[in-house]
Amino acid sequence: MFFSFMEELRTAGISASLKEHLALLAALDADVIGQSPEEFYYLARATLVKDEALLDRFDQVFGKVFKGIFTEYGQNPIDVPADWLKAIAEKYLSPEEMAKIEKMGSWDELMETLKKRLEEQEKRHQGGNKWVGTGGTSPYGNSGYNPEGVRIGGESKHKRAVKVWDKREFQNLDNTKELGTRNIKIAMRRLRRFARDGAAEELDIDGTINGTARQGWLDIKMRPERRNAIKLLLMLDVGGSMDPFIKLCEELFSAATSEFKNLEFFYFHNCPYEGVWKDNKRRFSERTQMWDLLHKFPHDYKVVMVGDASMSPYEITHPGGSVEHFNEESGAVWMNRITSTYPATVWLNPVPEKQWGYSQSTKIIKELMNDRMYPLTLEGLDDAMRELSRKHGH
Amino acid sequence: MRFQGTDNYVATDDLKVAVNAATTLRRPLLVKGEPGTGKTVLAQEIATALGAPLIEWNIKSTTKAHQGLYEYDAVARLRDSQLGDERVHDIKNYIKKGKLWEAFTAPQLPVLLIDEIDKADIEFPNDLLQELDRMEFFVYETQETIKAVERPIVIITSNNEKELPDAFLRRCFFHYIKFPDRTTMQAIIDVHFPGIQKMLVSKAMDIFYEVRDVPGLKKKPSTSELLDWLKLLLHEDMPLDVLQSRDPTKAIPPLHGALLKNEQDIMLFERLAFMARRPNN
Repeated sequence: MFFSFMEELRTAGISASLKEHLALLAALDADVIGQSPEEFYYLARATLVKDEALLDRFDQVFGKVFKGIFTEYGQNPIDVPADWLKAIAEKYLSPEEMAKIEKMGSWDELMETLKKRLEEQEKRHQGGNKWVGTGGTSPYGNSGYNPEGVRIGGESKHKRAVKVWDKREFQNLDNTKELGTRNIKIAMRRLRRFARDGAAEELDIDGTINGTARQGWLDIKMRPERRNAIKLLLMLDVGGSMDPFIKLCEELFSAATSEFKNLEFFYFHNCPYEGVWKDNKRRFSERTQMWDLLHKFPHDYKVVMVGDASMSPYEITHPGGSVEHFNEESGAVWMNRITSTYPATVWLNPVPEKQWGYSQSTKIIKELMNDRMYPLTLEGLDDAMRELSRKHGH
Repeated sequence: MRFQGTDNYVATDDLKVAVNAATTLRRPLLVKGEPGTGKTVLAQEIATALGAPLIEWNIKSTTKAHQGLYEYDAVARLRDSQLGDERVHDIKNYIKKGKLWEAFTAPQLPVLLIDEIDKADIEFPNDLLQELDRMEFFVYETQETIKAVERPIVIITSNNEKELPDAFLRRCFFHYIKFPDRTTMQAIIDVHFPGIQKMLVSKAMDIFYEVRDVPGLKKKPSTSELLDWLKLLLHEDMPLDVLQSRDPTKAIPPLHGALLKNEQDIMLFERLAFMARRPNN
């Protein structure tokens, strides 16, 4: 049962498994729901989708697969406010007008014509009698009147159309993640060095045996639990050419903050100079001096710089090259200071590795980093974390 | 045994279907949603509706999966052995039952709430896969298998702080509590404050949804905050005209402390009010 539905779901990127399919059938078998399309839709949704980001895609697939199967006009339409069109105007039609609206044909014809119209029409529309919109007399759209009307989004004012899933309520939750935070966290787990500190709350068996043998009575020893002792300094390039990568950086950032206890982060623009900042809104008023930063955080901090390294080469090589201010010393000088203070430093670049060769500044930065530049992909992240966890002389 | 919502809890149709599917097939129900949309309360209400006892397991960042099964208190046993206590000969005396064990062996079918599963370590859900799937686990110390007499009803809540592994999700039903629309909200308020004035609620809800719509809010106020705010308004006997006279120069609603929970958001409102005060601008 429902094989095509499952296939469609999987093509749409909702990885519903056999296990879930069987659960759905079992639930149907156990008469969990009554015999209304809405309830079936709710049940299928609860069984097959496990991520609110995919709910909207599920609604679309459901609509596509079961199109034309559930044709009874909206029994019990649920009062939910319109989502994608606001029903601003409502026409009150006289009986004559209603009579004028002839049925345009069968359900299938309606759906077909609707599809064509939706393709032809791109803008929001209101009133009128052809285009899809609100308050009109065309068979398509919401808040309109036509005996065989198809509701598209919107409230069912005349209780004519069905389709709860057409409301597409979960639209803004949809997002396509390439590199989910979970994957990033797993990659970051490479960077773990456990150390014992904090309150002694774990039984130290070796210590207890040792102490007992020495003392002649039971001498219980406790010790602190092992915790991740890695300290991380995250430096993020913001603004300008980094804009397309905001989402990726946010994910990296959120994964890092939950994975590391000792995490400090700062922002820079294009290339680090004498000042960095923590709040992008106050980047000019509240800066942290790079010297302070280099002195404050000990050498055992691991530094991860994130940036696309795309800029004019002068921004790195020449004093005064910065686009935002006059820098007394060149970016290269500051880069060298960072890498010599923190032996464990890597640069993560969200630009695909293939394109690095075309940008001169990327090559310069890569050189300054002693080749420790990695693409911001799972594999690159993995390599970078491995590099960071190497022993670094300190 | 069908869940239809209770006198204190307004359940939407999709939520009812999800709950009924989970209780019928006895698979865990994973509930997500904005904070304050009634995820935890749901488990309590299901328990009340079904007349079942509720076993709550609140997860913290330090919670380990095995703590839900059982814990072996070796230290107490060592100590007892030194004091020559008789109890020391039976290892069972030192095994503390966890919440899952409790739920599996409860005399009456219970509802088990695993609250905020995303707070725990990232491997936590994986460690509970078998236990939740087969509803049984093995106790090494006593060499016995604990098996659920009857599969308990399991409700799991998550605030989305961490992603959950796929293998875990496959075994659950899922429901996302979306933010209630006006009609549902009205129903929720009616349930909590039966005698409240219609006008007051309507005005308060206008303000509430306006506040939620302000772009750039760090934390949008949620249902539980609206209820708190209404409680405050009632308690303070706020005259209706204070709510009604929505003077644009006072963008901050009265008693805003219940709705806005961080200083950036309050600042944002103050800025909006300031901009509204400037003439022709």
